[in-house]
Amino acid sequence: MTKLLDVRNISKRFTVPRGISGGSAIVHAVDDVSFSIARGETLGLVGESGCGKSTVGKMIVRLLEPSEGQILLEGDDISHASHRAMRPLRRKVQMIFQDPNGSLNPRQRAADLVEEPLIVHGLGSASERGAKVADLFARVGLRSDQMLNVPSKFSGGQRQRLAIARALALNPLLIVADEPVSALDVSIQAQVINLMSDIQKEFGLAYLFVAHDLGIVQHISDRVAVMYLGRIVEIGDTAAVYHRPSHPYTRTLMDAVPRADPTHRHSRIRVPRGEVPSPLNPPTGCAFHPRCPIATDICHQQRPLLRRVASGAEAACHNSD
Amino acid sequence: MKPLLSIEGLTVELATRDRTFDAVSDLTFVVAPNEVLALVGESGSGKSMTAMAIMRLLPEPLAEIVSGRILFDGIDLARANEATLRGIRGNRIGLIFQEPMTSLNPSIRVGPQVAEVLRLHKGLDTAVARNRVEDLFEQVRIPDPKRRYDDFPHQMSGGMRQRVVIALALACDPDVLIADEPTTALDVTTQAQILETFRDLQAAVGAATILITHDLAVVAETADRVAVMYAGRIVEETATEQLFAAPRHPYTHGLLRSMPHVTEAGEVRTRERLPEIKGTVPALWSLPPGCPFAPRCPRARVQCAAERPRLIELAPGHRAACWYPLEAGA
Repeated sequence: MTKLLDVRNISKRFTVPRGISGGSAIVHAVDDVSFSIARGETLGLVGESGCGKSTVGKMIVRLLEPSEGQILLEGDDISHASHRAMRPLRRKVQMIFQDPNGSLNPRQRAADLVEEPLIVHGLGSASERGAKVADLFARVGLRSDQMLNVPSKFSGGQRQRLAIARALALNPLLIVADEPVSALDVSIQAQVINLMSDIQKEFGLAYLFVAHDLGIVQHISDRVAVMYLGRIVEIGDTAAVYHRPSHPYTRTLMDAVPRADPTHRHSRIRVPRGEVPSPLNPPTGCAFHPRCPIATDICHQQRPLLRRVASGAEAACHNSD
Repeated sequence: MKPLLSIEGLTVELATRDRTFDAVSDLTFVVAPNEVLALVGESGSGKSMTAMAIMRLLPEPLAEIVSGRILFDGIDLARANEATLRGIRGNRIGLIFQEPMTSLNPSIRVGPQVAEVLRLHKGLDTAVARNRVEDLFEQVRIPDPKRRYDDFPHQMSGGMRQRVVIALALACDPDVLIADEPTTALDVTTQAQILETFRDLQAAVGAATILITHDLAVVAETADRVAVMYAGRIVEETATEQLFAAPRHPYTHGLLRSMPHVTEAGEVRTRERLPEIKGTVPALWSLPPGCPFAPRCPRARVQCAAERPRLIELAPGHRAACWYPLEAGA
């Protein structure tokens, strides 16, 4: 498979004000992250709040500019491209957000919202655009009689369908989906996940699927990357990461997921120790070492790099095999 | 023996500018001491409204209990006056909310906030209350409780704040504990820690506990019994293991199947389409005359659209409101 997206050593630093004294501090929200996504592939990106997974997604659609590193889309470096240079590239990468209310103009009619990207990019005549919008509505399971409604007339699930239709309008190669179903009711989540799978097959789409729900990520992803305090600690095929986790943090995360099986309640639970440290003051060496059950001296001093492990995945741990 | 909590035919009416409708309709259930009953449902199912009604914290008169009884130790909370309620809330009934910042005052240090409850309800003096709070902080596994006593809520992580809220709810050794989405705002590793603390302390206190959640996995980990709510009604209620092994109501069945769960090693993972529940949750003010789930139900027949099924006992300890329930072994 050819690389559609090639992310090389990207970092993002934010300056944050510190206290009332007027000083400031630097947060490494994303630190030296690399991965690639092939055409038609889904990479799941998981981790707890503050681990930098959403920041990675925003850099890939260039809502944020990386402080360092390169993002190659079909070989073109988009990491520092100007607004003008980005424009044709934006067609190739679209984004879906957790809260469609925040990404859909509440005063625009549904059909206009879906047509807007076509107008911005000067695609098609008015009648061609109209036909495309009607087609997209049908494709995402919205009714044509809803086309003149404003977003508030739609339910949460339907709004997310509308956001998907808008993202699809430009025939993108890659969609960055940031928690696309976590605001939806359980009975609606499956509908939207199925829709995303269907359009992936139909359009040959690749996804960067950013989410904290490990069950959903496992269902939809070909490969999974696990982030902790701004870095990828493990990346590999979904089965390897879920069933043979190599990094102790991945293991902690998998163990912590509540299982929908009341018969296996108390035997399984291994409750993780401690809390995620502040990204303002990350631990030395491996960022996970203060919570790690298998940490040794080297973990305090030296930051582990990703390396191939027995499961076939890559893990950033001195002590995993 | 601690008293139990018994809800009988509870109906809560909600009045908005345009319309009046039942947000909770004819709810009947019992929670025994030492037991965790989960109320599970999607948004609008009425689960949080039920909790607010039991605590009599509904925004009256916009939302009001119009019928039914809430019996607790010989008192009908639905009709109790404010003075009686003040003596019960936070004292004999403890409450844990989803977002700790809604229960904690941001401008008061966490220790004194919990101590205040003890002074108010138990009449403890300041020094005794402080000792008791430090014990409580230790029990809810706040590291270094003596030092954290003087923290402001914003100086703590979300997980630590939720531990303070649990300490607050347990401070007066309540007979009833109501936890409304206690881990929903937390990350998965923090959630595991809080659920463990919650389970241990609930068992130690022996309170009759109502756990309100939308997350079936949290139910599986925590609850003894489950009541599934849909459109303001209980549609199924039984022991947790029974519910997961053999749900009888098509809505419960659909929910359990539509949820992608993390598989265990060796378990085959299929990438097939998830079984969906069609359609959307109906608006409470335009419910169909029959079963509220009928328009989405794969088993619905003519009778379902016309007549509303009552919650009946299908097997000992297993109730469902369905004309055509699934087979017991299906």
